[in-house]
Amino acid sequence: MTAATHSDVLVIGGGLMGTSAAFFLRRQHRRSVTLLERELIGRQASGTNFGNVRRQGRDLAQIPLANRARAVWGRIKGLLGEDLEFVPHGHLRVCYTEAQAAVLETYAREVGPLGLELKLFTAEGLRRRWGIFSNEIVAGSLSPRDGHANPRLAGPAFARAAQRDGARVVEHAEVLHVERDGGGFVAHTAGGTHHGEQLLVCCGAWSNRIAAVFGERVPMEARGPQMGVTEPLPYAIGPSIGLSSPIETEGLYFRQIRRGNVVFGGGLKGPALTDQIRAYVTPDNTLRQLRELRRFVPAFANVQLIRVWSGIEGYTMDWAPVVGASATTTGLYYAFGFNGEGFAIGPGVGEVMAELIATGATSTPIEAFSIGRFVKAAQRAA
Amino acid sequence: MSLAPRMVVVGAGPAGVRAAQALVEAGVRPVLVDEGQRDGGQIYRRQPEGFTRSYARLYGSEADKAARLHRDFDALRGRIDYRGNTLAWNITSNELHVVHGQHTATVPFDAIVICAGAVDRLLPVPGWQRAGCYSLGAAQIALKAQACAIGARTVFLGSGPLLYLAAKQYVEAGAGVVAVLDTAPSARSWAAISGLLARPRLALRGLAMLRTLRRAGVPLLTGVHPLAIDGDSEEGVSAVRVRDARGIEHRFDADAVAIGWHLRAETQLADLARCEFVFEPQSRQWLPRIDADGRSSVKGVYLAGDGARILGADGAEAAGRLAALAALADLGHSTGAALYEKAAAESRRTLQRMDRFRSGVISAFPWPHEHAAALPDDTVVCRCETITAGELRRSVGELGSREVNRAKAFSRVGMGRCQGRFCGHAGAEIVAAAAGVPIESVGRLRSQAPVKPLVMNAREVQA
Repeated sequence: MTAATHSDVLVIGGGLMGTSAAFFLRRQHRRSVTLLERELIGRQASGTNFGNVRRQGRDLAQIPLANRARAVWGRIKGLLGEDLEFVPHGHLRVCYTEAQAAVLETYAREVGPLGLELKLFTAEGLRRRWGIFSNEIVAGSLSPRDGHANPRLAGPAFARAAQRDGARVVEHAEVLHVERDGGGFVAHTAGGTHHGEQLLVCCGAWSNRIAAVFGERVPMEARGPQMGVTEPLPYAIGPSIGLSSPIETEGLYFRQIRRGNVVFGGGLKGPALTDQIRAYVTPDNTLRQLRELRRFVPAFANVQLIRVWSGIEGYTMDWAPVVGASATTTGLYYAFGFNGEGFAIGPGVGEVMAELIATGATSTPIEAFSIGRFVKAAQRAA
Repeated sequence: MSLAPRMVVVGAGPAGVRAAQALVEAGVRPVLVDEGQRDGGQIYRRQPEGFTRSYARLYGSEADKAARLHRDFDALRGRIDYRGNTLAWNITSNELHVVHGQHTATVPFDAIVICAGAVDRLLPVPGWQRAGCYSLGAAQIALKAQACAIGARTVFLGSGPLLYLAAKQYVEAGAGVVAVLDTAPSARSWAAISGLLARPRLALRGLAMLRTLRRAGVPLLTGVHPLAIDGDSEEGVSAVRVRDARGIEHRFDADAVAIGWHLRAETQLADLARCEFVFEPQSRQWLPRIDADGRSSVKGVYLAGDGARILGADGAEAAGRLAALAALADLGHSTGAALYEKAAAESRRTLQRMDRFRSGVISAFPWPHEHAAALPDDTVVCRCETITAGELRRSVGELGSREVNRAKAFSRVGMGRCQGRFCGHAGAEIVAAAAGVPIESVGRLRSQAPVKPLVMNAREVQA
């Protein structure tokens, strides 16, 4: 059976970016929307990431976008009818060295004027407040209003809410080819053709397949985050906690969910097979994470790991995402390449993209994330 | 080939021991990794050191086979790298990752024969999360390994040969057996197993088990519909309620219940090795695809015993040997290839016979999938995460899952410690019924490492 659909906006990619953009396009701008998803909504980076709702630690250029996203997270229950297990119990960064403590201090000073107030802790202060860290920890920085949520639920919940508001969401609709169609676009799938006046591409690590059609290939590689979860423990840890370190192999973050399990990730990434749509956790990475977890919180030594998982994330050459309008093609927009930290800002990206697509402008500064920067970089190099 | 091939066998049950033995015969020294404290696997589980029960007492009609397997294993000890109490927690294309206590290690291989065995196939029953509810296998292990009963008054509920065997062993051990409650209709009794002719001795043993139970005055009900395991969170199990084939409700006071519906293959390691799986319609479960000799879809990975097909111990012995020799032959090992040439035809015939019987057992003691699909909404399906049938159905109805991994993502069924080993089959039936689609279309839960929980203190020992 083949079908032909016509919408104001065609969204390709059913992750958190695409579903939240579709939702806000309907809810705030009454645009007709068709979203095409190759397999199931929220399966890859959107559904398998750590679940940080974190502004702290982001590049300063991302803070306005992150603040806007945080505001959406605060209204999430009212918007979607479910809370996605969002808990605003804070995000804490700690470190092993005085040099890194100085980095935390500088960051706190710089990010404050952008509307993110951080609270610095000494080792003693951390001990009094949480009492779980090893003696190696020398300092910390808390963002009290950040938190964490359940990534498995987020994309699908936005998609359902968008559908309730009248968006068309089509799963198992792999886009075989995209081309211009008059002033708009048409996407061909095995099940039919889908026309849109405007097109939003948010296919995560696969986005270059479409961006390349419009001459805008982004230097990006696919990698798999290495995630794990422990057996349930008595609920005791409110904030999401991460180690701040320039050493990639000791990278680590964890959070405890209400039912008691500790979810963790960080450190080296694993292989991501984009053609097979599978990513794996390597045994070496798991063992390294266990070692770092024991070092970080000694009491974890006696806890059991029950499961690991991965997904596929897109990492750009300059570690900044691609968010905004095409530099080559009118009516074309992008939101991808979030470098393993897209979840927290996802709903904000959705709201901003909807605003940009519907009105031609957005009140949130996103110029730094324009896809045009890669074209300029390539020209400079040439 | 210039170097001896690096061969690894996982599991020291009937399949694993015979695989290791075949490798030794061919002049290879394999690594044999086993979770158990001692060899023998589940069926021929050896009692702990210091226990002195006789083979006849422990293994009944199978005493000779158990003794033979143990004796042969003991003879192999100096010629294999045996690693007991060791869990294979993960696998890559050429390395097995193991943990012994807190010590992790990596075992490289050219070929691996996975003989992971089977575990009870469980159907949730309202109240099965209560203390005092065990699987049939666990009830039997308590007896075999520790000479303990799971209760003073035990109800046996389920279907399959193990239901009767475990109950009979309890009776013979002097433990109180309140009732044996079989969900299979009586028309399909032991005598009616269509594969009877394939293994007459085994079917006759089934009839003898029934006689033992009847002589002991144990009520035997067939065609029952499990209603509930009554009790409370303080005292655990207090009674088992079922409805019989005529619609009459029965209540049996008990302090323990053992449940199980035949067996399910332990396939996590094969899954982590990225073996292909196929749906087996008769037993309604996904099994790794293997050829007649145990070759999986992945080069260098061989599967044998109940972890690949539930053929029972005799079949496992034949399959273990055949798979190990096939592995050597495929590696171009000349002695191994010669042994393989000699043994293959006979082993395959044995396995075909076992397979006819397997098929007979499945139709005699069917997996009562309709009970799973009809479980009341408040029944706990996933015990690890305490998720009810109603919550799982909500992930289908309200949230739109049409596939078990999606239902897992939304509901957490299968996300816990057991990763769906115990709730996965019933969960799939619930999802399929709620979605109104055939069971094979909802797929199977993807396994993730670790195969079983791994303590965070696990660390590599430098060799």
